[in-house]
Amino acid sequence: MKTLVITERDGSDFRLGSRSAIGFAQSLPLSVVDTLCVADYRGENPTADSHAAVIAAAVRQCSYELVVAAATTYAKDVVGRAAGLCGGAMASDVIGHRFDGEQLLLERPMFAGAVTATVSLLGSPRFITVRASTYDPVDLSSADSLSSLDATTLRVDYSAVPAAQWKSVASRASQRPDVTEAKIVVSGGRAFKSSEDFERLVGGLADGLGGAAGSSRALVDAGITPNDLQVGQTGKIVAPDIYIALGISGAVQHLAGMKNSKTIIAVNTDPHAPIFSVADFGLVGDVYEVVPQLIAELNG
Amino acid sequence: MKILVTCKRVPDTDQKIRVKEDGSGIDDSNLAYVLNPFDAIAVEEALQIREEHDAGEEIRIVAVGVGIAEYEAELRTALAMGADRAILVENSNTMDPWAVANTIAAIVARESPDLVLMGKQAVDDDANQTGQFLAALLQWPQATFASKIEFGGLALQVARETDQGIEEIEVPLPAVVTADLRLNEPRYASLPSILKARKKEIEIIPYAELQLDISPQLDLLSMKSEISQRRCVMLEDVNSLMEIIRP
Repeated sequence: MKTLVITERDGSDFRLGSRSAIGFAQSLPLSVVDTLCVADYRGENPTADSHAAVIAAAVRQCSYELVVAAATTYAKDVVGRAAGLCGGAMASDVIGHRFDGEQLLLERPMFAGAVTATVSLLGSPRFITVRASTYDPVDLSSADSLSSLDATTLRVDYSAVPAAQWKSVASRASQRPDVTEAKIVVSGGRAFKSSEDFERLVGGLADGLGGAAGSSRALVDAGITPNDLQVGQTGKIVAPDIYIALGISGAVQHLAGMKNSKTIIAVNTDPHAPIFSVADFGLVGDVYEVVPQLIAELNG
Repeated sequence: MKILVTCKRVPDTDQKIRVKEDGSGIDDSNLAYVLNPFDAIAVEEALQIREEHDAGEEIRIVAVGVGIAEYEAELRTALAMGADRAILVENSNTMDPWAVANTIAAIVARESPDLVLMGKQAVDDDANQTGQFLAALLQWPQATFASKIEFGGLALQVARETDQGIEEIEVPLPAVVTADLRLNEPRYASLPSILKARKKEIEIIPYAELQLDISPQLDLLSMKSEISQRRCVMLEDVNSLMEIIRP
């Protein structure tokens, strides 16, 4: 099966999620995998419309049967549009797969993860975004050694691409790893009253453990944390070795983003908070008292 | 100026979703339904654009649903919030995102809106595809996951929520924009406007009348419930917690 993995980079290296998507693509039988990082070619005008046009041209001109990417906001935007240009056979956020004879069966979450559906794609080419945390990433050197499609050989009619214009992206300078890539994630919820408290306590504990800082929706809505920290159904989906939920009550939408973490630890003042129903370890307590003690222990 | 807003009927997210014993679908016998929360944000944004910019130029807002007759309730919600009129493409068969996108594209061809506003995803299937599919079908620019829209006549300035942070793009009209959580806080319809909305007409178009020939792309074979198997060990004190997380 001729497969194209749409990749993203962090600097010059493939992102962890892209390497997981490669891992998924390589696990399929008889799969011949090329990679394509459209940003390498379309850096100056990175709109979804132009990126999707490149992917659609690649699929048509090189006869790819399958397009795979990690389910990031980039792929949801760009690969979704490319699938729309190529017939609409797409499964998003795939968390498992198996074969029934020749037929590829895909598992994907619905209803904020309360339900797992088994689906199959009927049309061709097929487009699949995979939840990165589900599939083991290939290492950097084997990702680099894959053949990468030379997009300059593609005929893309940019005059037919809508004239949207990319203006800017406000990336925060952060020394911490991304929540989707860290082995330990410390997340804060409604208990935190200000950005300063969040940074001192959630950020402080994350730094002490060498992990990433995440947030529930409530804090992003309140302007206390930036959107790219949000873990949940509509934010980032994480599955680290250790997830520490501080002052997060555990709405279904938040659980959808973290319940597959290997070990979940929750601290909350309310012993009946739903977060404890998905946790392995729980401590009833006030994060403003508990977390400074943990940070002091780690630094001491 | 015309804004088309899509409205999907979804189970209220406050309920527990159960799968039928045979795994063929969800048990919908006692479920309450609402307008998809992201679509409600899209409706609200259309209303705000109208309120801010409707000086002289008439801005009309058309709510569109694609599905069973019961969709009328969610379209009435959009009307009560302030949409001018509503269209229901009535179809009792299950449709995948591709079929829905093609159906909305057919309505766009009839209505010629300048802007299509949609929720970025529906909270039932969580597919996050229909907006992107529609934009591709129409060959219109897309701005997904919008957290801020500035309307400037011929183009929109859109702030988008991405994994890397907030991205700003400019999209010429006509365009497809999908709404993220923080675009706005949808209003509650007042009782008088709910009563008024009951009298507004909903145009019903039988699906067959559109004469679309759309092959299904996604086959939903079965479902299962996900229930946490974890047993939470409650810790006595901070020291026991420290033992677990100490590197």
